[in-house]
Amino acid sequence: MTLRRIAKRLLVNGEEHEVSFLPHRTLLEVLREDMALTGTKHGCELGECGTCTVLLDGEPVLSCLVLARECEGREIETVEGLAGASGPHPLQHRFAELNAAQCGYCTPGMLMTAMSVLRKTPAPDRETLRRELAGNLCRCTGYLKIYEAIEMAAEDLQDG
Amino acid sequence: MMRLPTFAYNAPADAAEITRILHEEGPAAQVVAGGTDLFPNMKRRQVEPETVVSLYRATALRGIEWDTDGSLRIGPTETLRALERDARLKEDFPALHAAIVSISTPLLRSTGTLGGNLCLDTRCQYLNQNYEWRRAINHCLKCTGDTCWTAPGGTKCWAVNSSDSVPVMIAMGAKLVLQSTEGEREVDAEDFYDIEDGRDWLKKRPDELLTGIRIPKQNGSRSTYMKLRRRDAFDFPVLGVAATLETDGDVITEAKIVLNSVGPAPVRCTEAEQSLIGKKLTDEAIEEAKDLSRKGAKPLDNTDYLPNYRKKMVPVFVKRALLSLR
Repeated sequence: MTLRRIAKRLLVNGEEHEVSFLPHRTLLEVLREDMALTGTKHGCELGECGTCTVLLDGEPVLSCLVLARECEGREIETVEGLAGASGPHPLQHRFAELNAAQCGYCTPGMLMTAMSVLRKTPAPDRETLRRELAGNLCRCTGYLKIYEAIEMAAEDLQDG
Repeated sequence: MMRLPTFAYNAPADAAEITRILHEEGPAAQVVAGGTDLFPNMKRRQVEPETVVSLYRATALRGIEWDTDGSLRIGPTETLRALERDARLKEDFPALHAAIVSISTPLLRSTGTLGGNLCLDTRCQYLNQNYEWRRAINHCLKCTGDTCWTAPGGTKCWAVNSSDSVPVMIAMGAKLVLQSTEGEREVDAEDFYDIEDGRDWLKKRPDELLTGIRIPKQNGSRSTYMKLRRRDAFDFPVLGVAATLETDGDVITEAKIVLNSVGPAPVRCTEAEQSLIGKKLTDEAIEEAKDLSRKGAKPLDNTDYLPNYRKKMVPVFVKRALLSLR
């Protein structure tokens, strides 16, 4: 089969990009390899680890299992879009402050899932966090610092 | 890197065009909805379809619709996440809700669909490995090899039906609608999985498309789903038990107990079901049903936990399920 690249308009972090990529590429591959957005991490590639999590129309999904070509016209958010003009997002700030990232490989996925949780549930209880973050594996922290960082960020966001 | 193999891609908006492609391509085509089952299997080169037919533009295959009589129709490409958030589904069909919430993780439920879970490919520790691993054992019966490493003396594939929603659908008497270029047919969920071999895990022809899921109103029945697995997230079931009971006053008039993930096909515990009819759900009745439930399950050593332990857990989970229906 001859492989011809296809051109699609992808809306990533509020910015529209015209990107050409191989037709069978996943969103993860296109973000990292065709758009140089390497914040989203490349883990198991099979849906078993969660480090490639991005938001697609606000829902956290595994970018390793989504065809990039099916993302045209949808809103894609990656970890690169979290920080604003005024600096890191409160989630990023609290993750850094609490050492909620150790090796850091799961962190982009954790942040994106956490972001989606906080949008739906501004003050999540611990059980909600455990349930919603169940798809993001961390092999360093034991999760406690991650939950605490998200809870503190939730308070920061509510205080404005 | 585990990349997808190449494939021709189609994403028609209507079901007629999808079935036309399936009719033309036959087994060379694979349907994909959420991709959470097919894409990992393709990355591991367990399946390499020439054509992938995506359902993502076929919006008519989505949706949750309640009939006035309280029965439910679900479009097969409705995501598990959307179903999980449906308050009425949780209220009226608690066993289905419990099964859906237990599937994998929120991230996979965001894209994974109910139709996908109902058609989930069977799984086995000798199969769900990367290509190099499988080549090292000279492959297996389900995928280009000539030996089933789970039961090497036989000619049958023992890959396990690992769906959480399948036993619940059978226990609820659900019907599945299949469409092809020849028209539409409706099958009982129970018959859809009446198979012997893990290579042919659905009674569905390659040219047929699952277009609807119909669940009858549960006449005041109580239902539950319980699942054995190592971790409380991610893991597929290594034993699933769905149970429904209909009662007249205290007396049981109908009972269904369905096991899954103990073999290539779900298993109905018909003797245990029969033993409950006409009785109240007393300790003695539960003990009798529990003992009778041991018979159908033949878990083998091809998934997590030892088969003996899983077999021992069958009556334990049946008892727990019945106790929860009191």
